[in-house]
Amino acid sequence: MDELFGRTGKVLHIDLTSGKAMAEYPDDAVYDAFIGGRGLAGHYLRPFADREYSAPELPLLIFTGPLTGTDSPTSGRGSIVSRSPLTGAMCDGSIGGGLPTRLKKAGYDGLVITGRGSVPCGIEIDDNDVRVVETSLWGQDTDAVLHALEKRLPEDTSLACIGPAAENGSLLASVAVDHRHGGVRGGLGLIWAAKNLKYLTVRGTGDVPVHDPDALAQANEAIVRLTMASPVLMGRHGFSRWGTPALLDLMNSRRMLPTDNFQKTYFEHGAKVNASALAALCEPRDHGCLGCHIHCRKIARDGRSLPGFEALAHFTALIGNDDPETAMAGVDLCGRLGLDPVSAGSVLACLREISGKDYSGKTLLSALREMAEGGDSGQGAAHVAQVCHRPETAMTVKGMELPAYDPRGGYGLALAYAVSTRGGCHQRAFPLSHEVLRKPVATDRFSFSGKARIVKIAEDTLAAADSINACRLIFLAAGLEEYAKALTAVTGKDWSAQSLLETGERITVNERRMNTANGFGAADDDLPARFFTEPGTPGGGIEIPPIDREAFLQARHNYYVVRGLDKNGAATPETLQRLGLDG
Amino acid sequence: MKSLCAKFAAKLAAQGIAPERGPDAPLIGGLDAELTWNREDPRTSLLSGLFDRLSINSLVFVRPAEPYRTILDFLASRNPNAIRPEDTETRTFLHDIPVCREFALSAMTGLLERRKVIVLPGRGIVSCGTVSPEQGFVSVSSAIFSTFVLFFSDYLNRARRNALDDEYIKTFSRVVRLLPEPRQIPPALAQGPFRDEESVVSAMAEAGRKVVGFGLVDSFFGNISYLLNGTIYISQTGSSLDELNGCIDPCPLDGSSTNGLTASSELTAHEDIYRRSRYDCILHGHPKFSVIMSMDCERVDCPSRGRCHLDCPECRTVDGVPVVPGEVGTGPTGLCHTLPPAMAANGAALVHGHGLFTSGEKDFNAPFARLLEIENRCRELYFERLSEYV
Ligand code: SF4
Repeated sequence: MDELFGRTGKVLHIDLTSGKAMAEYPDDAVYDAFIGGRGLAGHYLRPFADREYSAPELPLLIFTGPLTGTDSPTSGRGSIVSRSPLTGAMCDGSIGGGLPTRLKKAGYDGLVITGRGSVPCGIEIDDNDVRVVETSLWGQDTDAVLHALEKRLPEDTSLACIGPAAENGSLLASVAVDHRHGGVRGGLGLIWAAKNLKYLTVRGTGDVPVHDPDALAQANEAIVRLTMASPVLMGRHGFSRWGTPALLDLMNSRRMLPTDNFQKTYFEHGAKVNASALAALCEPRDHGCLGCHIHCRKIARDGRSLPGFEALAHFTALIGNDDPETAMAGVDLCGRLGLDPVSAGSVLACLREISGKDYSGKTLLSALREMAEGGDSGQGAAHVAQVCHRPETAMTVKGMELPAYDPRGGYGLALAYAVSTRGGCHQRAFPLSHEVLRKPVATDRFSFSGKARIVKIAEDTLAAADSINACRLIFLAAGLEEYAKALTAVTGKDWSAQSLLETGERITVNERRMNTANGFGAADDDLPARFFTEPGTPGGGIEIPPIDREAFLQARHNYYVVRGLDKNGAATPETLQRLGLDG
Repeated sequence: MKSLCAKFAAKLAAQGIAPERGPDAPLIGGLDAELTWNREDPRTSLLSGLFDRLSINSLVFVRPAEPYRTILDFLASRNPNAIRPEDTETRTFLHDIPVCREFALSAMTGLLERRKVIVLPGRGIVSCGTVSPEQGFVSVSSAIFSTFVLFFSDYLNRARRNALDDEYIKTFSRVVRLLPEPRQIPPALAQGPFRDEESVVSAMAEAGRKVVGFGLVDSFFGNISYLLNGTIYISQTGSSLDELNGCIDPCPLDGSSTNGLTASSELTAHEDIYRRSRYDCILHGHPKFSVIMSMDCERVDCPSRGRCHLDCPECRTVDGVPVVPGEVGTGPTGLCHTLPPAMAANGAALVHGHGLFTSGEKDFNAPFARLLEIENRCRELYFERLSEYV
């Protein structure tokens, strides 16, 4: 066989029912059409995308991309993909740490995990040696599991696991990856539990060959130069120094920091819980994914991870908490229980609005433990609001709790939330980039003008980014133009920004057609009513009116037109055919 | 969309990059659900095809005004595939400027799939955006700036090596004849010291408008700051210096807030200049001859050739103003390391291939006057140096 570049050419299928693993060698055409990461995993998900989360045949997919394991900046990333137990929509989580790199170095582009272990089990991969083993770690929190595995396995092993939240059936169950690199939303941890899979370990010692190392070095130089020129990533106030909590002050000053369950958009105690306050409290050190020079992760002196911006904001402003230590404790507990802190914070906020009661440090932690026990609060904000007969208090899109950016403060964001294939997610199109962070140029955040096409192109860009598996954050500085050069250098195939965008379009529409098949339509491409009826908090010369419903619907219509969808948001036969998805 | 297209067409005209009216006025298209153009023109029917083939939402097409037209066409004739300027803007953002010989969809698409801006000799320059026509405007303006700098730098270098040919000499003298006269008298700007945020912001906006008006920066380059009570007020990243209202970030020096996330990429350098000096304000422009002279070096055999912008080993000055190496931002070779000591010692400094910084106390009058004076001196110096060889 010719030497392969940018991929191992091997996808490993692991059937937990039989405990057997089998390699598959996908055709070139599959890689060309879906690249890797989120895209390739979507290809494997589609035939089974209508299965319940508990169905053994629903695959749990963990995929790397062509840049994973190479010197290309921030490419040590991968994707966990399946159908979301929380929303019923397709769902992916971007993971970092060292796991994706090690999986690729072990010789696999991705894992397709199906079946169900008869007893709790773990998957242990050490290059060619793939074992499904029985485990006694079921019931343990994520820290305990990862520490126990670390003790037993070589130092260069990566680890992922679920916590009690998943085992107890919480729809907010997340996945811990290398301690600090999970951030997986949509309840994907529950798929692990449904398969009786407690953990995955990966050690990989192989090389990832690169077609043209000199050309890669050149491409990398351009990418690094752009990163260094980026105030958001590398500036004195940027993510490299403060982590993503650097966003908190900015969101607050732009009057778009969700406060009191999105009833307000300004948190008057912002300065008490901002990145600077957190740093003073925790004296953090830098940490990053393998192969990243930005190091947006921060670790406190006592070893706890500092929350990312979304988790920090939801454990402070969203629930009216002005104590950074309480926020740290809450997010840390989420990590140990294996709960998605963004959704968990949103559920807390929803409950607080309904009950009218503030949290103390103690009641906050006990509410989280309750969530991880799988009762009503562990089923997500939409469920909680429903059973409390206050459905209007659930700040969700397609059942996924919204992250910490208020859509009344950015109309591209409002549209992106509504049409995201993953549900309440700002990362599909990341309009914050131009509406707040001024990259590549600033747009008027209080206008829908042009936003439909912008959201569509950005979705395609980020689908490509998630599939070549470069960190989304670096796209605040570099673009597909630079990454196409890196990809060409790595794979030896000619890629351009445009061809990546076309592939990103296919990946996004593939996700939308899975959602359509699962009954999602235009009614689901919408925002909670609060955003159309209640204003945000004005100040600093900024008014935050409710979003004009008609203008929003027109923008959504425009999005459907530019995306090639029908009135109900389903891809038209022509669109599917154009993208080669009609088969 | 239509109003945005019109806005950036007007800005291209105001900067002297294109005529305001007539067949060579800019053509700017914007697409949301429907495609609109800033004006009617038969070429839009062909250019519209680019929207079908590329994932873009806006497009700028300009037949540049003189002398840029002559410069671009000349450089395109000498560089059949791509023009490669070496200033910072090109190195960081443009990489190179491909040359497209045909005004045909497939040829243009092929190049625009990979690059932000392309040149069509004898016809103009095309650039696209995925977010706003502003991207096309920025790319076109960057390309015009970069090719101007390249043309003059290359001419001086060739003169030094005795490598000029007749056509180059002829084209150069035509371009020089077409250069606008330099402005000599600086404007009278608001007098400081400014005691409150409102007066700081309005003084910055005024100074920004004048820096653009005097041609000392293209509107979206450069930055400007003022220090008041331990807080630096600085223009936001990518903001237009002639439109600073609402685009100034207050950044406390003590690091108690991260509001500066959207501040200019050179905030770190500004902070360190203030820490090391008595200055209250900083202006940073990209005057063309200052940039040209910052890149001019007589040491043809220098072992650092090709890496001058990263690690020039010489203590160079242009008529007493220090020239420092350094890339945009905060990396190990960033200008944040080299610029502050030079500025603290001299109050003005040039960054290789990038631009000119000046500082002052109390208000922007002195730094503005210095910016203008240094640019004018660099222009004289250019022709003085050239006269040594031709
Ligand atoms: S920027 Fe942060 S999340 Fe992205 S690769 Fe680097 S450390 Fe990981």
